[in-house]
Amino acid sequence: MYHSRRDYLIAFLIILPSLCAVLIFVYGFIAWSIRTSLSAWEGIIPDFSFVGLRNYIEIFSSYRFQTDLWNTLFFTILFLGLCVLIGLLLSILLDRKVKCEGVFRNIFLFPMAISFVVTGIVWKWIFSPSVGVNAILRAIGLEHLAWGWFTDPAKYLNFHVALIPIVIAASWQLSGYTMALYLAGLRGIPVEVREAARIDGATEFQTYTRVILPMLKPITLSALIVLGHISLKIFDLVYTMTGRGPAFATDVPGINMFETTFRANRYAEGAAMSIVMFFMVALVIIPYLYTSLRKEKQS
Amino acid sequence: MKSIKTSILLVLTVLLLTPAILFAGGKKEEVKNELEIFSWWTAGGEAEGLEAMREIFEAKYPDVEFINATVAGGAGVNAKAVLKTRMQGGDPPDSFQVHAGHELIDTWVVAGKMEPITFIFKENNFLNAYPKDVIDIISYKGEIYSVPVNIHRSNVLWYNKQIFADAGITPPDSLESFFAAAEKLSGKGIIPLALAEAWTNSHLFESVLLGALGPGKYKGLWNGGTAWDDPGVIAAVEAFINILDYVNSDFSALAWEAAAQYVIDGKAAMYIMGDWAEGYFKSKGLTPGKEFGWAPSPGTAGSFLMLSDSFGLPRGAPNRENAIKWLTVCGSKEGQDAFNPKKGSIPSRTDGNKSLYDAYLKSAMDDWTSNTIVPSVMHGAAASEGWMEDYNNIITILIVEKNVDQAVKAFLKAAAKNLK
Repeated sequence: MYHSRRDYLIAFLIILPSLCAVLIFVYGFIAWSIRTSLSAWEGIIPDFSFVGLRNYIEIFSSYRFQTDLWNTLFFTILFLGLCVLIGLLLSILLDRKVKCEGVFRNIFLFPMAISFVVTGIVWKWIFSPSVGVNAILRAIGLEHLAWGWFTDPAKYLNFHVALIPIVIAASWQLSGYTMALYLAGLRGIPVEVREAARIDGATEFQTYTRVILPMLKPITLSALIVLGHISLKIFDLVYTMTGRGPAFATDVPGINMFETTFRANRYAEGAAMSIVMFFMVALVIIPYLYTSLRKEKQS
Repeated sequence: MKSIKTSILLVLTVLLLTPAILFAGGKKEEVKNELEIFSWWTAGGEAEGLEAMREIFEAKYPDVEFINATVAGGAGVNAKAVLKTRMQGGDPPDSFQVHAGHELIDTWVVAGKMEPITFIFKENNFLNAYPKDVIDIISYKGEIYSVPVNIHRSNVLWYNKQIFADAGITPPDSLESFFAAAEKLSGKGIIPLALAEAWTNSHLFESVLLGALGPGKYKGLWNGGTAWDDPGVIAAVEAFINILDYVNSDFSALAWEAAAQYVIDGKAAMYIMGDWAEGYFKSKGLTPGKEFGWAPSPGTAGSFLMLSDSFGLPRGAPNRENAIKWLTVCGSKEGQDAFNPKKGSIPSRTDGNKSLYDAYLKSAMDDWTSNTIVPSVMHGAAASEGWMEDYNNIITILIVEKNVDQAVKAFLKAAAKNLK
């Protein structure tokens, strides 16, 4: 296609307002947060006297923030693993030409449309130890399986078991999303490929493990990136479902940041936490953006 | 050619308009005769109480438009975040709800965001109507900064009368007799003490602290007069750990009302909770003194662990004159006697009309005038919000780790950090 210089100018002028807004309201505020995280701001009056990395040292040496980072790590691993597994399984099942596929697809995708706040409150009731799941277990005689769920402070090598109910709730909400991604991917694989595999004598199972799953790799990557950044900055689901939990069993950096900033009035420390979260997310997003931009250039 | 000119013109117009769109809506129109009151009283008796005060205000000043700006959320967590953003953005309400004490002083007054209102107290002769301890709590460098509309008591032990009669026990007046009673009750398969989510643990601990230290030393904790490794503090932490053996195991999943319900249902015998619990008992159809009884929490007889909602005058309030009228209503006998019976609290003035209040509140009014008044930490009166957060974080760990040394060290560190 031919673009004249004038076309470029007009295009540039048209995106200029939003570019300005993004520069100020996104990048400007990131810079502002970094500056705040290096300041002594405590209390509601801003105080920008420079204190170096003091706030970072303070948060990294606090038991609470260390616990948060471990919780985020375990939560992310479990949550991503579960979403990918369930999503893949559901999409393969749906791809087998089941009746009423559209109905099932909508049912599985539906939780995604609900706000995390609603999910959090409902799952809080479901896992509340004196009612909910435990009551069902007791009623059917499986009392020994009842446990404290998100109120259980037990931990094994920095893994808090109280995170399990939250992982279940979050996966319930977002497995449908991975299912939709995988379903699109499966539909994109030509029938010929499957037929060729069958002619070569591959069993149905081998067709999936050797042919189809490798072809779905880029989809898995996108799913991991999108879910990964949700998981790293999760706040609303945990805040409404369990809060910080006993001995911070279910605390995450987002909750700590909110409470440090708005309850304890320690704005500088809160900003430091937000910057740590920003770098965690950047670690996931930037390689992804890099590869996808490169692909765009190639095509 | 012409079309290009038009499109450039169009783009330029959009560009010119953009800043106007971005900043539109932030501008105030001409000053109206309004009064905006900011609070977290959204439900039940609290909202009714506010409404009753509003009626008094509107009867006196019918030409003022009353704007009730409330943000829902327990203990004002969400409201406070909204308020801080508004104040920092230079958009203060005319008057806002704030816990009397350090939450008011350390967060707002020291930062220079509040106007002193000593003149309101002088002009209306409020100074003689309030206990001196209260005036101290709302003052900073000799000036008064807010009008407390109500008083709640934090150190109250609520108990199920039927259970107590069946077990043949009386309300425990010391930690020793509390443990004796608890032992007896758990032998009968009854949960001795109901407990709920995180903040109620902090709430319980302040009562235990007061019981172990007594009012004088307890007050000293918050101004440096008492060290946090005092034998009394260690005894309180140990007692608190022992108390945790006698509470319901599902406490971290319960809201405070659900724990109160345990007492109503006879699953639990006692509950240490502020006197807003009485409002919950009454809303479930119970009569004070009939199904449930009350006593000061173990070892705290003679002390009144108080918290108070108050209203202040932010600097730059858009309708300052109306705000002053509002604060005058808040501080008046008439206003407080309208608000408090509905809210389920007692007036901060000492001359409230007792006939308006129920049996529990009457006894609380007697204690208010005769007991030693000490400030609550969990409800913003005793310490700054930063210190309160540190205190909460320590309790959160303590209930799981049950490590006395670790907790005392953390308390010492928090005191050193916040007492500068």
